[in-house]
Amino acid sequence: MFLSVTLTGPHAPDLGFLLHKHPGRVQTFDLAAGRATVLYPVDEPGESTCALLLDIDPIALVRGKRFRSESGLLDQYVNDRPYAASSLVSVALGRVFRSALNGECPARPGLADRALPLTVRIPCVPVRTHRDASADAQVRALFEPLGWTVDARSVPLAPGLDWGDAPYVDLTLSGEQRLADALSHVYVLLPVLDNAKHYWVGSDEVEKLLRRAEAWLPAPPARDLIPRRYLAFRREFVADATARLDALDGAVPDTAGAAADTGDGALPEPADETGPAGETVAAGEVAPAVPSMPETGSADVAGRPPLAARRAEAVLNTLHEVDARRVVDLGCGEGHYLRRLIADPHFTEILGVDVSPRALATAERRLRLHRLSDRQRARLTLRQSSATYRDDGLAGYDAILLVEVIEHIPPDRLESVAANVFGAARPSHVVVTTPNVEYNAVYGLPEGRLRHADHRFEWTRAEFAAWAAAVADVHGYDVELRGVGDVDPDRGAPTQLAVFGRRAA
Amino acid sequence: MRELHVPALSLVALVGVSGSGKSTFGARAFAPFEVIGSDFCRGLVSGDENDQAASGDAFDVLHYIVGKRLDRGLLTVVDATNVSAESRAALVALARDHDVLPVALVLDVDVNLAIERNRARPDRAFGEGPVRRQHAQLRRSLRGGAKEGFRAVHVLKGPAEIDEATIVRDPLLNDRRSLHGPFDIVGDVHGCLDELLDLLATLGYAVSRDDRGRPVDAAHAEGRTAVFLGDLVDRGPAVAGVLRLVMGMTAAGHALAVPGNHEAKLVRALDGRNVNVSHGLAQTLAELDAEPPEFRRAVRDWCYDLVSHLVLDDGNLVVAHAGLKEAYHGRASGRVRSFALYGDTDGETDEFGLPVRYPWAEEYRGRALVAYGHTPTTDLEWVNNTICLDTGCVFGGMLSALRYPERETVQVPARAVHCEPVKPLGGARPAERPRDELRLDDVLGRRAVETAGGRVTVTAENAAGAFEVMSRFALHPRLVPYLPATMCPVATSQREGYLEHPEEAFAQYAAWSVGNVVCEEKHMGSRAVVYLRPDGGAVYTRTGRTFFPGDLTETLLGRVRAAATTAGLFGELGSEWLLLDAELLPWSAKSMGLLREQYAPVGAAAELALPSAVAAVESARARGLDVTETADWTQARLADARAYAAAWRRYVWPTEGLDGVQLAVFQVLAAEGRTFVDVDHRWHLDLSDRLVAADPGLFRATRRRVVDLAEQADRDAATAWWEGLTADGGEGMIVKPLPDADGERRWARDVQPGVKVRGPEYLRIIYGPEYARPGNLARLRSRSLRHKASLAIREHALGRESLDRLVRGEPLWRVHEAVFAVLALESEPVDPRL
Repeated sequence: MFLSVTLTGPHAPDLGFLLHKHPGRVQTFDLAAGRATVLYPVDEPGESTCALLLDIDPIALVRGKRFRSESGLLDQYVNDRPYAASSLVSVALGRVFRSALNGECPARPGLADRALPLTVRIPCVPVRTHRDASADAQVRALFEPLGWTVDARSVPLAPGLDWGDAPYVDLTLSGEQRLADALSHVYVLLPVLDNAKHYWVGSDEVEKLLRRAEAWLPAPPARDLIPRRYLAFRREFVADATARLDALDGAVPDTAGAAADTGDGALPEPADETGPAGETVAAGEVAPAVPSMPETGSADVAGRPPLAARRAEAVLNTLHEVDARRVVDLGCGEGHYLRRLIADPHFTEILGVDVSPRALATAERRLRLHRLSDRQRARLTLRQSSATYRDDGLAGYDAILLVEVIEHIPPDRLESVAANVFGAARPSHVVVTTPNVEYNAVYGLPEGRLRHADHRFEWTRAEFAAWAAAVADVHGYDVELRGVGDVDPDRGAPTQLAVFGRRAA
Repeated sequence: MRELHVPALSLVALVGVSGSGKSTFGARAFAPFEVIGSDFCRGLVSGDENDQAASGDAFDVLHYIVGKRLDRGLLTVVDATNVSAESRAALVALARDHDVLPVALVLDVDVNLAIERNRARPDRAFGEGPVRRQHAQLRRSLRGGAKEGFRAVHVLKGPAEIDEATIVRDPLLNDRRSLHGPFDIVGDVHGCLDELLDLLATLGYAVSRDDRGRPVDAAHAEGRTAVFLGDLVDRGPAVAGVLRLVMGMTAAGHALAVPGNHEAKLVRALDGRNVNVSHGLAQTLAELDAEPPEFRRAVRDWCYDLVSHLVLDDGNLVVAHAGLKEAYHGRASGRVRSFALYGDTDGETDEFGLPVRYPWAEEYRGRALVAYGHTPTTDLEWVNNTICLDTGCVFGGMLSALRYPERETVQVPARAVHCEPVKPLGGARPAERPRDELRLDDVLGRRAVETAGGRVTVTAENAAGAFEVMSRFALHPRLVPYLPATMCPVATSQREGYLEHPEEAFAQYAAWSVGNVVCEEKHMGSRAVVYLRPDGGAVYTRTGRTFFPGDLTETLLGRVRAAATTAGLFGELGSEWLLLDAELLPWSAKSMGLLREQYAPVGAAAELALPSAVAAVESARARGLDVTETADWTQARLADARAYAAAWRRYVWPTEGLDGVQLAVFQVLAAEGRTFVDVDHRWHLDLSDRLVAADPGLFRATRRRVVDLAEQADRDAATAWWEGLTADGGEGMIVKPLPDADGERRWARDVQPGVKVRGPEYLRIIYGPEYARPGNLARLRSRSLRHKASLAIREHALGRESLDRLVRGEPLWRVHEAVFAVLALESEPVDPRL
């Protein structure tokens, strides 16, 4: 909400003409989100500084729906918008300094086209760091290629608490620039740094921002960041019950959580199957919230992580082997396996169930169910269920898949899962896969670190074998254990797979 | 004037030709919506009430609507000509499908009058033909005189009789809801007179005898009513004696009875039908042969008149010999009777040649307690609010009774093995649902949870929303027997500078006829439920998540257990386990993510931006510019932002493991055998003080103050007390009603169990740093509390219900059903600032 532009040197007194704002006056402008004030703290022969102050009305922001929250929660009411320089500053620049942004300066012909010694100070720039980059590096990566000398200072998040740095920098840019360029750099890049997480601008606003940037778009990789972040804030607003319940617990709603539910769900999709462009980009953006999953780290050229693909192949081969045609994917997530099952006419009846309504909705969209023929559509049913509640609707199938599911279930509820799947539903076959924790060392994971933040446990081969044998014994199944993926001589395969076959009565 | 009697729950078929006045009669004699007309349904499906081509679809719709109404227990009238036998047969079948009685009301008018009436209606331009054909059909039907399966056929002749007739609704014979007992419900007696007398004596009944010393009545000094569950006869040594006594008790109004399958068979035998004289019937017949014929006659009539099941005590108790599923409660049909007499059978027999009885009780989800007998078992066991009281007395087991509403069982042993069982006792007991098994339909879909505070409905959408959290993040449901209800804030204050103020709470409770309230300091941390069990337990959040990993939880529970032992809680409450409601501090122990990602950055951003703005404005002022207005808002913003940062910062302190963690216990929710939700809050807080005394490092005291709402000075002093609390950085207080001096709780059910009054500084972290500026406050005052208040009441009712079910030892799904419903309601979108 504060920004200043300083011009030094012989042309300092002309700053007022360049900005079309008189240094001797205090001017105010009414904007949708509040009021802008322009005043000159300094107006000396060799130095002139113009300051823009934004008085943002946070309540009007909420009520006016110009402001969008990820979660619909308290962050609507308690947020940094009145203080941080976000897209609202860009909007204000566009309003207050429109002529200057356009490079117009009839009073001082030619001056607008000349590079001048400028300093831009923005004391509170929100920086949402991209992957592991530091805030400082990220700001430099964006502004230095444009010819700025960057001074970006971090401050502690909470003085007196060991909480690291705040997600803001005190930014000073200095360099020889045309004033119009300087303003447009700020105009475009502030929202980029902010990642647009907490606000919303109409799509025409986006077009304008992008148009401004055409002339000087930085080289990759910073260039890639820009349109992606703009698209990110077109992301659909998902008012989700899970987020509300998270808030009850004082937890930060985890928008990545649903995608990560069943491990495979978080994996990027093949390019030809993406939904609206923004979603895929958004999914990529939130991925860092999940600790690095080895299987996503080593994607092959097709964009399909080899382990996930090999696991899917192993699971489908197993289903063919036991001639299962009517199959339940228990914990289907966003439909990674359902897609493969539908594509294979061998499977005549497919039931996908998951605990998350959000995941089911995404699966429905990604599988493009509405485009399937009636006959195809009739093969697939999607509905909510859970392995921890007995569901008589799961009975009578040839096979139930529990692919990368059990490790997401608290250990004290596994007994109910076994009772419900093996005891009550009693399909002819059950296919269970789960990580082999011994293999984590091959990925370089430190001892004790699990592959996914939501994993409640990961088992050694011996632990999985013991569980599988006990379940098979109690419920009258035979079990065969297999490995999936590259086998390490000491640590086995990365994924463990168990095929349970119901014994004849 | 003619009175037409129809059962209160029945399908009434109006029968009459077009123009006979059915619709007019229906509209006059029945309530709106009770009459479903075929014309109306034709209109629904085709847009034209007289489109005969749409009749097929129209009758589908009609049957569907009628079926839904009957399922819901509503009398329904079908307004169609119904002159053909087929159409009436369809209605009889429909009534039977929904287990209600069908009744026909025939409107018999002169055919010429009907034709005349139709002629006056331009939309019925179908001429005389159809009406005459209908009339001919009707005549044939009436001539037959057969009831065609209808319970009653009333014929109204001519317009005068039709116009004057009134409908009288007779309660069903099984509808004894107005009887409230208390009851002593007795299982299968089978001629065991001595044991029955033992049992009645144990229950406190005084037996009267005739001049030959035979028991002919028994009455309870406190006016209790005995209820016999059938199978009084056969197998045992004194069938006639048992019948004499029980018939005497029912005649005197000291007992009720339902028939068993043995009575049903006895009636057929006495009526001279050909029955297979087995299963002890021979003894009965032999005994009755020794009795005078009038006694045999009386037995036959008494047994014949027994109603197959009874609905008692406002529908809270259902008795039937072999039990009854919920859909059949209060219904009347052949299959309802058959279920009540024989249970859920399909004709299959087991290895002993006895009918296989399906375990209907396992599936039972009803509100009413169902007491039944029929299947001899060794133990009395509650299954989903049902209990089988046949403990095989005649086979040498026990004779059992259930005291209702106390839900206590009373048993006396058999004096002898009067009859050898065909198969071992208890062998026929159905495989019960495992105690810990939860099913999808216990929680998903639209559900209504019956609570002591009324029925609470959970929408399918809310259930779906809570399902993921409950399945993936919550602790095992057996460790989560309760979830705290949300609490409503006090009515919005209009006082300058305040959004919430104590005086509004006092005024609110005074208006609710509460005399005294307690003001309890509200600790700013995270709501925590502590479930202390001998084998461990849990410390969990408002959504059932654990606060700490297993080992830390163990340690924490160990300390709580030690303190509770020192404070003498286990002994005093006579329990090995406790369920405590508490606040766990500091806030940062659980909500670190929220603090770091939301609260702290706001302060940091303000501290970065505003000093620069203030400095720039001061420089401009130094240049001689008039910056008064800008200086004002920048400085005010900075001051507000700093006050905000100070507000959240108070609720944060470092913790390491459990070091620094504190528990403020404010309620003992439940312990063995009882809940304490209704106990005076002062009692709870005294217990809390004792925990603090036992372990002051872990437990934190809750400051409080009792306020006599009639005394303004008392109220003012409490307000000053609140101001002191909040000025020191306290979150605020909770105001809760206290019982009167005589321990009575005189307020209504919809009175809030507590309201929160939050301090002005604390509210900065809820409504934003600058909420208290006059302009902002004015806008924020338009908040609506209605939805929140209603949620608080409903969740509170559910919370109490889950505790009630827990202490009654009900199966896990019953407790979980109510707990899950709290979470489901919590997923409803409501302003998070409230």
